Amino acid sequence: MAGAAASGSEIAERPQLVVAGASKRFGGVRAVEGVSISVNRGQIASIIGPNGAGKTSLLNMISGFYKPDTGSITFEGHDITRARPAEIAALGIARTFQNIALFAGMTVLDNIMLGRHVHMRSGVLSSLVYWGLAQREEVAHRARCEELIEFLELEDLRKQQVSGLAYGLRKRVELGRALALEPKLLLLDEPMGGMNQEEKEDMARYVLDVNQHWGTTIILIEHDMTVVMDISQQVNVFDRGRKIAEGTPAEVQSNPAVIDAYLGAGSHANAGPGEKAA
Amino acid sequence: MTVDITLPQLLRKNAATLAARPAMREKDLGIWQPYSWRRYWDETRDFALGLAAAGFGAGDKLAVIGENRPHLYFAQLAAMCLGGVAVPAYQDAIAAELAYVLDHAEVSIVVAEDQEQVDKVLSVRDRLPHLKLVVFDDPRGLGDYDEPILKSFGEVQQAGREFGAPHPQHVEAAVEAGKPDDLCLFSYTSGTTSRPKGVMLSHANLLSAAEALTKAEDIRAADDHLAYLPMAWIGNSLLSMALHLGVGFTCNYPERPETLLRDLRELGPTIALAPPRFWENTLTATLVRAADASWLKRRLFNLFRAIAERAETRRGAGEKVPLGLRFGFAIGEVLIYGPLRDQLGLRRARWVYTGGAPLGADTFRFFRAVGVNLKQVYGATELAGLCSAQANRDVDPDTVGRAFQGTELRIAENGEVQVRSESVFKGYYKQQEATRATMTEDGWLRTGDAGFIDRRGHLVIIDRARDVGKLVDGTAYAPQFVENKLKFSPYIGEAVAFGDARPFVAAIVAIDPTTVGNWAERQNLAYTSFQDLCAKPEVAGLIRGEIRKCNRMLPEAVQIRRFLVLNKEFDADDDEITRTRKIRRGFVAEKYASVVEALYSGAGEVEFAAEITYEDGRKTLMHSTLAIADVEEAEARPEIAPEPAISAAQ
Repeated sequence: MAGAAASGSEIAERPQLVVAGASKRFGGVRAVEGVSISVNRGQIASIIGPNGAGKTSLLNMISGFYKPDTGSITFEGHDITRARPAEIAALGIARTFQNIALFAGMTVLDNIMLGRHVHMRSGVLSSLVYWGLAQREEVAHRARCEELIEFLELEDLRKQQVSGLAYGLRKRVELGRALALEPKLLLLDEPMGGMNQEEKEDMARYVLDVNQHWGTTIILIEHDMTVVMDISQQVNVFDRGRKIAEGTPAEVQSNPAVIDAYLGAGSHANAGPGEKAA
Repeated sequence: MTVDITLPQLLRKNAATLAARPAMREKDLGIWQPYSWRRYWDETRDFALGLAAAGFGAGDKLAVIGENRPHLYFAQLAAMCLGGVAVPAYQDAIAAELAYVLDHAEVSIVVAEDQEQVDKVLSVRDRLPHLKLVVFDDPRGLGDYDEPILKSFGEVQQAGREFGAPHPQHVEAAVEAGKPDDLCLFSYTSGTTSRPKGVMLSHANLLSAAEALTKAEDIRAADDHLAYLPMAWIGNSLLSMALHLGVGFTCNYPERPETLLRDLRELGPTIALAPPRFWENTLTATLVRAADASWLKRRLFNLFRAIAERAETRRGAGEKVPLGLRFGFAIGEVLIYGPLRDQLGLRRARWVYTGGAPLGADTFRFFRAVGVNLKQVYGATELAGLCSAQANRDVDPDTVGRAFQGTELRIAENGEVQVRSESVFKGYYKQQEATRATMTEDGWLRTGDAGFIDRRGHLVIIDRARDVGKLVDGTAYAPQFVENKLKFSPYIGEAVAFGDARPFVAAIVAIDPTTVGNWAERQNLAYTSFQDLCAKPEVAGLIRGEIRKCNRMLPEAVQIRRFLVLNKEFDADDDEITRTRKIRRGFVAEKYASVVEALYSGAGEVEFAAEITYEDGRKTLMHSTLAIADVEEAEARPEIAPEPAISAAQ
């Protein structure tokens, strides 16, 4: 399988995703306030911040689950501020969820096949007959899913029901489903949450491999600072709905505002915010 | 019989005669993909050309490290094509062990399966002065390695094709020049007592062992074999290389080690070789699943299991099976045995072997009873694999069968089994002293195993000859004999027995986490970790019961009097067992010296600090207090309180 590098076009210089002054309120709660971020093609960007800082809300706006009250979101030149989630997915933005949203009664393979849905062209009738295009399509999609199963080392589980899988494995299946969409931008909401050290290291390796292999841009929310600092090129720090810092991992770690938000004034930044209790 | 052909010559012959028939199958994208014999040869030739282009020639060594993969076989055969030697290494060995073997064998080219293996080799590169090239099969994760020494399998083959254009017939000529007596394989012993030794084997050694096997056993070109054994184990080289090339059947490689059982079921191999541990684990898993099944299924399983074992016992003793029992057996075949064999992937298996260590009589009887033609074999790395096997009508859990045609057996005065055949190895690499010590003056191989030949002419193995000791009162005692009886218990994973120059026999027991964990759940016994489970007095009680059962099968003088449940498993990373899962007795006795002393001092418990090695080689100390118990004492088994404990996961 050839890893299709996605660079080389004229838009490569411009940021792939631009969020400009986005805000979102729920009644009196200001979940996100005037946040701007921009991510270049092929980058791994992280969003960190305490609970309730607005990280997931921002991801929800990018993927179209929330509509921003103000501001705009542009992806590869398309204005997606008001687009529906399905349209956004069709543009090549995929995501995983903090609390895993898989179909528990279906197999690993079927869950991943679902991610191919945006690429399926054959209609209901021809699919029922399973002939011609529908059959060729099914075979091609299945082959693609098998590549992902190999990539994520899920071979021994492909026919197993998701409900019987351990938490770390389900996270991996969810990543597989997001990858099945062949995204240009992948949004990962706490992909390592609730995992032990070994599972975290594995997941970090998959994230890096995805980025390297397909050139996929990745935006990552994560609480484990070691992981964030290890794998991301750009870190955005959120606190109470606002972005308080942005930069390389080293810059962010030495930023006084960040140290303040995390540990209170006067502390040093090396220690992370610690594991969130599940 | 004399062998007049080499392995690469056989490969060329097969490529011409068997041509498009499948030599191998490997799963790719979820589908079994065949590799024809022609492709086997073409890929091997291209890789051999690439090796030649890199300066590899006669007498050079090429190591392969990884799970069974077609490319690793291409690489081994390619080295042999050029008159070189293949050195398969244990894929789960830690870097330091690997470094020893690669350095000792003076390996110049390593073919590694994936990033994990490449990392291990690169991490010890400065200890490998002969290393010139590291070739990888799976490029995953290796994209941004900037190592000039590193090349992909495809790159080497491409370089080979370029080299081949001005050098046509280079490989073919080298293959033709090969002699059956040339060395072709260094198989490193697992090293129960010392550093691994490189067993030098020639084409004739391997092929004569394979040929002897074909005469003793029904092996057909249409057979399907599932090759999942460690590539470094001689049994794998014999079946998946020598026998494979000699007979021309199909070798299938599991997708991943984790998918083995599923692959087994999908393929339904017709022949198989597996170590006792595999059969024990399979039986355990079957029994656990039966116990977890619904009431009716459980009852049916137990009923028909009893019928099958009664019938098997009669058949084994040569008695007639009564009509009623035969009727019950026929119903059981439809209801239980057939479906069970199907579930296990053994429905098409004409014969399956167990070898490498003794197998418990109970396990043995179970598989035979449900219609799996399980047979015991015996061999040694120094004999290129196997030298004896049981015939179909002649199966017995206590023996390892008759010697193959062309293999002579004799028992030395000290009880040691000695062998002479064309398969006897060419010596240990760079260890003449050890070689001399292994061969008798009249050219017989000392196997190091104590045994005897029974009335029917079957070989019976008792123990390693040097392990046979004496109790203080002079009773002869074979520790492995005792340990094997212990390991027949599904709850005991590993055991080490002591007794040489001691007043009685005592044992250190490591429990089987799966079965004991399952048992604990059934008893509503809550535990937090493996250590915690091991320390439970209820578990000690369970093990005491198992030891009592085992004692009934032992002569009174060598019955186990005291024991201790260890709070870890014996682990190859800690050097306690070999990669082929044989106890390294000397090392264990040394490491656990304080525990052994306590077993004999009468103490009720012992403080112990164990060094644990993680898979990546990191070490840590684990301090603990272990309880020691007598096997026979005032009924001390605690009643299990029916408190509604929360059953702990795992």
